[in-house]
Amino acid sequence: ESTYFILDIFSLKMIYSLQPTLLREQHYHYLKKGLRHLSDAYECLDASRPWLCYWILHSLELLEEPVPAAVASDVCQFLARCQSPTGGFGGGPSQHAHLAPTYAAVNALCILGTEEAYKVINREKLLDFLYSVKQPDGSFVMHVGGEVDVRSAYCAASVASLTNIITPTLFDGTHNWILSCQNWEGGLGGVPGLEAHGGYTFCGTAALVILGKEHMLDLKALLRWVTSRQMRFEGGFQGRCNKLVDGCYSFWQAGLLPLLHRALFKEGDSTLSMSSWMFERKALQEYILLCCQNPGGGLLDKPGKSRDFYHTCYCLSGLSIAQHFGNKDLHNELILGRDENRLAPTHPVYNICPEKVARAIEHFHRLPVPVQTGPTLSAMDQS
Amino acid sequence: MSSVEEISNPVVENLEEDGLEEENTVEEAEMEYEGPVKGGYIFYRDRKEWADLEPVPQDDGPNPVVKIAYSEKFTDVFDMFRALLKNDEKSERAFALTAEAIELNAANYTVWHYRRVLLQALDKDLREEMKYITAIIEDQPKNYQVWHHRRMVVEWLNDPSEELQFVAEILSQDAKNYHAWQHRQWVMQEYKLWDGELEYVEELLEEDVRNNSAWNQRHFVISHTSGYSAILEREVQYTLKQIKKAPHNESAWNYLNGILQDGGLSSYPGLLEQVTELQDTCSSPYLTAFLVDLYEDALETNSSSYDQQETLNKALELCKLLAEEKDTIRREYWNYVSRSLQNTYGSGDPVSSSSDPPPPSSSQQPDTEPSDP
Repeated sequence: ESTYFILDIFSLKMIYSLQPTLLREQHYHYLKKGLRHLSDAYECLDASRPWLCYWILHSLELLEEPVPAAVASDVCQFLARCQSPTGGFGGGPSQHAHLAPTYAAVNALCILGTEEAYKVINREKLLDFLYSVKQPDGSFVMHVGGEVDVRSAYCAASVASLTNIITPTLFDGTHNWILSCQNWEGGLGGVPGLEAHGGYTFCGTAALVILGKEHMLDLKALLRWVTSRQMRFEGGFQGRCNKLVDGCYSFWQAGLLPLLHRALFKEGDSTLSMSSWMFERKALQEYILLCCQNPGGGLLDKPGKSRDFYHTCYCLSGLSIAQHFGNKDLHNELILGRDENRLAPTHPVYNICPEKVARAIEHFHRLPVPVQTGPTLSAMDQS
Repeated sequence: MSSVEEISNPVVENLEEDGLEEENTVEEAEMEYEGPVKGGYIFYRDRKEWADLEPVPQDDGPNPVVKIAYSEKFTDVFDMFRALLKNDEKSERAFALTAEAIELNAANYTVWHYRRVLLQALDKDLREEMKYITAIIEDQPKNYQVWHHRRMVVEWLNDPSEELQFVAEILSQDAKNYHAWQHRQWVMQEYKLWDGELEYVEELLEEDVRNNSAWNQRHFVISHTSGYSAILEREVQYTLKQIKKAPHNESAWNYLNGILQDGGLSSYPGLLEQVTELQDTCSSPYLTAFLVDLYEDALETNSSSYDQQETLNKALELCKLLAEEKDTIRREYWNYVSRSLQNTYGSGDPVSSSSDPPPPSSSQQPDTEPSDP
């Protein structure tokens, strides 16, 4: 397990704490460039290019930087090439469909939010794809012949709800499978039996919210688990008990608090705070701003690590969660440092801006839910 | 691609931008081929054995986005891979090429899928494939596809005999590798290989009592074998012993809480006394939090062994201690717990949320919701 010097964090906090500044310009240039060109260091993400689109576009929308119409159109055309003839999206042109790039592609298209973007998605085929990866026990494999874990349920629920293709049977058994991932620690593992982990806990919880079944979790145990993941010294979150802090958990973990807040509220809880999510918002912002920024642009896991677009997306998303409590009706902002550090709010279920969620749902709900046409391959293709 | 210490990103592995040096080693097989290139490596497009196949360039469109500056080798291999895919070619040379493609990007699940199709179509030696996947995993243990591939081969061979040792070897390098634990649990459940696992877990906890993955595995093994009813006392004593060795270890406290949940913390005989005794030598925010949990359970079950009012007061006092002094990072949480306890078990004025005045509008809480589609 890698270590870092506590002193790094301590000294960074001392040096930069006078006026923590979000390096907007630098991040903007890093993102703008990456949306077009990436070095060969990104060969390892050649099967995740829709992710790169989403991470970059979402980061830009949080920074409230517009995407030029020509670029937006190019993204649409690229993602169209990533779409599989049998439905869903693959990691690049001509790659097999996979739920993760499918999630990313749909989110990216919803961020763009144009008619052209919405039209890229073949909803009928997408539904066929989802059925093709659905398992009898309610879970989903990530791709035909691929592995099962709770990410798949989230990816499926996210794209199906945004594009309005949820049929009465699509998620049969899914909520029960997800619930079985909650363990003795209170969080969720990737599959039943595994250690509770921030990424998987987010995916499972957000999926249940979409399915309207979040109340079936042991919410108190989950709340205790996630609040315990904030590191008392660093201020950021760890992914698992007794592991190290990582900037990306600023979203996966802290993002659970808005979901739990709403879930508890729906259950009739009258003792919830009316001004804050149940984590230390200032400490998280400090960690991100003081320890997770690359001076040349981009954000990162922890001091000493390299920047990348994944961490840029999730550090910024976590910063947004920490800055904004509530919604348009009841809003409490806590911006650490200058006002210019303020980011746009993000939707804690989909992690795109709330307006984009609303627009997409509105658009796709004018269309009828497709009828499943393809066969269910789950039992068949084992390779 | 290097990876971080955990699957920090649940969907995709992490990346270090200063990238890896490409290994310019020449595979033995390629020595046979003729070629003008000194040093031995010849692009597939220049190999005579591949001359019949027209490479298929990637269709990124006229104005690409997120365009990766692939090396020439990368482009060459994947152009050829696309050609094979297009023709649905099932040959030895195709099989060999998948290994090249995997080496260049082990996360390309399309290539892995194709390799599995070829393994079956060409009736390849699965024992050899096990050797291959063993080496790949050793090299890149934080990749999803490699572990899934191994699982498929084990299933086809119906032979788990090497698995526990193999996973133990990977865990000896990184005792918290999530994929490794996942594979281990799958093997154990699928093939009913429970023997010796509790001993293995104890070894790991001897090495690092803070290894939360090991604590989870402990819970996994016991749940699937004896269950907790018969051996609860043994587990409680084991856990308290580990706590005394390392009082500031959250995993042990969480485990203690986890195994006593069902029965109820306040019902377990002597527990309050045992934990209170630890306060002098083993004080920690976890101990205090545990007492809050215990008191809360006493209130919830309306236990006759506890004076309800006094228990409530103690719980509130500890919440305040945690919020204001011992665990301030969780201040919001402990204040919420206080308010909830007060609201549920307190007599007198109902408690309202936080110290802020209520907002003017009637909707009291934020609606973070995706309107039910």
